[in-house]
Amino acid sequence: MKMNVNVAVIGGGPAGLAAALECRKNGIDNILVIERDKQLGGILNQCIHPGFGLHVFGEELTGPEYAQRYIDMLSDTDIKTLTDTMVLSLTPQKVIRAVNTSLGVVEIHSKAVILAMGCRERTRGMLRIPGTRPAGIYTAGTAQRLVNIEGLMPGKNTVILGSGDIGLIMARRMTLEGAKVSGVYEIMPKSGGLKRNIVQCLNDFGIPLHLSKTAVEIHGRERIEGITVAAVDENLSPIKGTEEYVECDTLLLSVGLIPENELSRGAGILIDPKTKGPVCESGFETSVPGIFACGNVYKVYDLVDNVTKDSVLAGRYAAEYIRSKSE
Amino acid sequence: MKNNQFDFAVIGAGVSGAWIAYELSKYTAKTCLIEKENDVAMGATKANSAIIHAGYDPVPGTLMAKLNIRGNELVRKLCKKMDIPFRQIGSLVIALTEEDEAKIRELYERGLQNGVDGLRILNKTETLSLEPNLSPEVRGALFAETAGVCSSFEMSCAPAEVAENNGVELIRNFKVENIRINGEYTVLVSSSGQTVSARTVINAAGVHADEIAKLFGDDSFIITPRKGEYSILDNNCGDLVHHVIFQPPVKFGKGILVSQTVDGNIIVGPTAENIDDKENKATTFEGQLTAFEGARRSVPSVSERDVITSFTGIRPIGGKGDFIIGFSDFNNRLFNVAGIESPGLTAGPAIGEYVVEKIAESGFEFVAKENFDNNRKVIRFKDLSDDEKNKIIAQNPLYGRVICRCETVTEGEIADSVTRGAGARDMDGVKRRVRAGMGRCQGGFCGPRVMEIIARELDIPMSEVTKFGGASRMTEKEMI
Repeated sequence: MKMNVNVAVIGGGPAGLAAALECRKNGIDNILVIERDKQLGGILNQCIHPGFGLHVFGEELTGPEYAQRYIDMLSDTDIKTLTDTMVLSLTPQKVIRAVNTSLGVVEIHSKAVILAMGCRERTRGMLRIPGTRPAGIYTAGTAQRLVNIEGLMPGKNTVILGSGDIGLIMARRMTLEGAKVSGVYEIMPKSGGLKRNIVQCLNDFGIPLHLSKTAVEIHGRERIEGITVAAVDENLSPIKGTEEYVECDTLLLSVGLIPENELSRGAGILIDPKTKGPVCESGFETSVPGIFACGNVYKVYDLVDNVTKDSVLAGRYAAEYIRSKSE
Repeated sequence: MKNNQFDFAVIGAGVSGAWIAYELSKYTAKTCLIEKENDVAMGATKANSAIIHAGYDPVPGTLMAKLNIRGNELVRKLCKKMDIPFRQIGSLVIALTEEDEAKIRELYERGLQNGVDGLRILNKTETLSLEPNLSPEVRGALFAETAGVCSSFEMSCAPAEVAENNGVELIRNFKVENIRINGEYTVLVSSSGQTVSARTVINAAGVHADEIAKLFGDDSFIITPRKGEYSILDNNCGDLVHHVIFQPPVKFGKGILVSQTVDGNIIVGPTAENIDDKENKATTFEGQLTAFEGARRSVPSVSERDVITSFTGIRPIGGKGDFIIGFSDFNNRLFNVAGIESPGLTAGPAIGEYVVEKIAESGFEFVAKENFDNNRKVIRFKDLSDDEKNKIIAQNPLYGRVICRCETVTEGEIADSVTRGAGARDMDGVKRRVRAGMGRCQGGFCGPRVMEIIARELDIPMSEVTKFGGASRMTEKEMI
């Protein structure tokens, strides 16, 4: 099957939705949003805690509430959506191949493309923490999905490595669901998480934050039984003799996010080795003309409100691009 | 266990055991394949270099040499027939010193003696034009055309599946702890008290083969576990090398290699360290350092920064300088297949053939089955053309839903990996068969969805899903 659209937005999370809506507001029609999940909203759907929307809406919303505002706005427009649909490839000529259960492989020819695929979490494998490979080690976001969407508890006695925001949020979440969170270990001398999350998710629950400490070994054969942590020096190298054993049955990792740019690479888009996002000279346009990037695929943001603000601009520039091409 | 009396009980569903079961499934004799873990391929089979060796390495005249050559031939034939991922990318043993140059000439001569086809000595220019990312110190290389890379997992899943489809009973989670004699049958007793009886017991228990032999009064060999650490790099580094890059063999094996994997990632390793604990599969800081320092001698630009996962394999070292294959001298109910170290993966299919040949020589009369079928087809969505994709989605819409985004694996493939013969029972089983969770996000996104599919296909609650059987539960039992 073939489709022709003016703008194809890859990813129906906060970035993609805001960009699509802004494109439409600027007079562009025939817009398509492609989302791999069954619902629009992206990762916000599993972020059931409050703290979203203070800047954009002037009120505090949960993740699903924030997403719903955009889903509602979208349903008031003629913007088309394909959910439960995975994009397989993107070419520099802006041809997208996507697949789903009802249409099979769809070839989408688009005048402009907005990349809004979000990011992924760094894993235990990337950290290269030595030790065994038992069950019970999750990235914080995966644990968040298990708890908030699937209704499953990853474990009872949790240690969190890294103090990124998702890790802090999950420290509180696991505690509220009855698990013990014995501590958060952060390799850096200060946390990368938001101050309010440290206060509301750790301090309010008496969960200790151990700075300049990291995991140096994982123990346990079938299920994780504990980790060895050690203090690190100014080069972030573990200091011999400072090792201590911390018992746990679950280890959550919150050690950084990486923009998901595999599709972008396939389209020949230049990637900044530092941010791991597309190099955008101006107006969120990538090195391939007519392909724009916004949200966490462009760079990792702290606040969804800022994702929305920037994505609105990306949508506006994409609309301008289409207009300039049709003149 | 429907009827627990068998002609043959094969202990251990690694590459050797699976190919022996495969070979036995061609005949009417009743066979079972017993595995102590929740899945096949859980020992040395799942954690090695996954190289199909050409055969220039083993000492001429040894069983190792013979079965390596025959295995290489069979792998190239059977991988097609049984849809086992295999790419004949060729290997290079590179020489970095004058001494190395002498060594590769020696290997070349040995290869000729062993009957290896397609061997050539390359000079520096030829070597570097084949592999521009090699160290500028390289002086030449031994090129072996018939070497390749495979899926070591499917090298035992596939024969186990064909064996099961042809009547072999696969018995999982059965750890043989004791034996007793019951007339012409030997009764194998599991750690949980279950029993299986067989006339002949084939011991393919990998690192534990010496313990099984001891139960039969055979203490003629000791298996030393040798640990090897590896790392896998992101497939966006796949162009680093295009062949298997070895350094000349060292005392403890074939040394540290850098190679493309069959799936287009880069593998680095292994280290080689004899240890005491047969189950110690922990990676270490030092081991990873050694692996990368070694790898950088061949390919200076290999970097730890691109690692997506690391693992340790335990190789069963028999200490005799050759495979130990044959009826036990101490008990004629026992047939040992032990010390299957490198090139054991390559030799796998040939080991199966050889074992049946030896048992037939002892007087057992094998009667061929008329309906033996070793055709096997696996749908790998990613590799299909658009037309083929549409056709399979029209037949089964689950092939239109991509679950693992890093490796493009669909729900249809994951469900199939559970329901097919000798299928997956846990997260790692799915990962090894269809690669869901094998990519750069290591299951971060697809993990919960794979749990859901396994639970549905096995008709168990999601909270019962394990990573690799036993107590490796993914979550708590109680729902929130």
